[in-house]
Amino acid sequence: MSTFDPRLVRGDIAQLKRVVNGYPLTYLDSGATSLPPRAVVEAMDRYYALHHANVHRGVYQTAAEATALYEDARSAVARFLNAPGGASEIIFTKNCTESFNLLARSWGAANLTAGDVVLLTEMEHHANIVPWFQLRDAIGIEVRFIGVTDDFRLDLTNLDELLRGVKLVSVTAMSNVLGTINPIRELADAAHAVGALLAVDGAQSVAHSPTDLVAMDCDFLAFSAHKMLGPTGIGVFWGRQALLDAMPPFLGGGGMIGDVSVNGFTSAPVPARFEAGTPPIAEAVGLGAAVRYLEGLSMAHVAAHEAHLTADALTRLNDRFDGRVRIIGPSTVDRRGGVISFDIEGVHPHDISQVLDQHGVCVRPGHHCAKPLMKRFGLNATARASFGPYSLTSDTDALLDALDDAMTMFGA
Amino acid sequence: MSGLDDLYREIILDHYRTPRNRGELDPPAVRVEGFNPLCGDEIVVYLAVTDGVVTDIKLTGQGCSISQASSSLMSAAVKGKSVDEARAVIGTFKDLMMGPSATEPTPSELRKLGELAALAGVVKFPVRIKCATLAWNTLTQALDETSN
Ligand SMILES: Cc1ncc(COP(=O)(O)O)c(C=O)c1O
Repeated sequence: MSTFDPRLVRGDIAQLKRVVNGYPLTYLDSGATSLPPRAVVEAMDRYYALHHANVHRGVYQTAAEATALYEDARSAVARFLNAPGGASEIIFTKNCTESFNLLARSWGAANLTAGDVVLLTEMEHHANIVPWFQLRDAIGIEVRFIGVTDDFRLDLTNLDELLRGVKLVSVTAMSNVLGTINPIRELADAAHAVGALLAVDGAQSVAHSPTDLVAMDCDFLAFSAHKMLGPTGIGVFWGRQALLDAMPPFLGGGGMIGDVSVNGFTSAPVPARFEAGTPPIAEAVGLGAAVRYLEGLSMAHVAAHEAHLTADALTRLNDRFDGRVRIIGPSTVDRRGGVISFDIEGVHPHDISQVLDQHGVCVRPGHHCAKPLMKRFGLNATARASFGPYSLTSDTDALLDALDDAMTMFGA
Repeated sequence: MSGLDDLYREIILDHYRTPRNRGELDPPAVRVEGFNPLCGDEIVVYLAVTDGVVTDIKLTGQGCSISQASSSLMSAAVKGKSVDEARAVIGTFKDLMMGPSATEPTPSELRKLGELAALAGVVKFPVRIKCATLAWNTLTQALDETSN
């Protein structure tokens, strides 16, 4: 039995005890980055205070400890994701963005040629768009997009047609703008049926719902630690062992080699092959602690809690403002997560966020690194509120009061 | 809410709700687009210069209250001025936003700015400075193009 109680989680987050502009801090920007609990901060502190040494190289005691802690984190992540091949499939990168660059530059460059198609969606984050355009510009692949319907879902009506010539489908598990949760297993089956692979952007999904790579049946997964209660500076790239084993290295340098001579180099086995240079060791320790913390809460409980918060917020935004706050995303919690983008006629998202800040309420204005999606809905920007496991309905109370003030100020 | 009152002065809200000089001009007026890639604010400046005088200026675009009010105030400030005077106003305004005396404009500086002084409070909100300066950078570019 999990002992999930969001108020206890909240108690673990020091920043949520702060007072900002005279109000208790209301953090509604977990979609951008999450707030680490004490256990994560302490694990990293303890690592630096007592165990810090470079990994994989030293024979002395603390170097062995550092290596063990770093590899423990890898095992923890593999368990958290139910990775079919275990820890050796887990590659530590800098962030989700670097994971996609690794995928495009290593797997993409080795397996794609001019005319091959990579199929994305109109709701992707730039991290899962730009590396493919870069590859297109380098070797002439085609980049194609699955559209988004007026009710904020992937338009899969012409999927068969879109899949023609496709070697890789790369899709977000959950939109960082709309909150839409995409049908990953269905897309995996459709991709595999035409001999294509499926890569998944887990940046918005891994911290908010259970991840089971075996059930998803995807081939690659990318995400960042900082959106799942972990530190910045470390991300994860997961791939099926056989695929990783056949991929050339991405970055070159120390740690990723088998041998180097004046004539050239050979590369190390996976995962070392993809971890050139001294890795983010303390960050891996922090990520390991975050994973254990989330497991302690149970991801099923986290998902249920955030669904409750989202349903409550959607209802109250609608009731209180009588449609003046337009939700850019699905209107119910059916296949939808706790990211709520909205638009208020007459009040620009920057101004909303500025007034909200005055109430200690943190939301994010802008295009959220999803410009094709913004364009699809004729928007330049939205304001976005997003929940984490430490969020409470009282955060929504503060949001609503502050929105009321913003609308009064701008006469909206 | 005293902090916000500094930012959202009544003049700013007025120019945001009722922007001056909205519209387009046909060539030979020059047309220059300004973009804020971070937040997506955009401003298009149409500028007509005859015999060294800004005879007309029109604006389109979309963005936050600060970027839109700043562009509207700017258009009112430079319309009918000589190009040299317009460049001087730009200089004074940019000093206000980022010059060494950025935090506290002197009374004589404020007088020179007229209505533009309403934007002085933006300096206290560093992330909004680029909203306020977008139109002005675009105008500088437009002036450069007319002198080519
Ligand atoms: C869906 C999605 N993908 C990718 C990213 C990129 O994450 P990072 O900036 O940590 O690399 C984000 C974060 O904004 C995101 O929300």
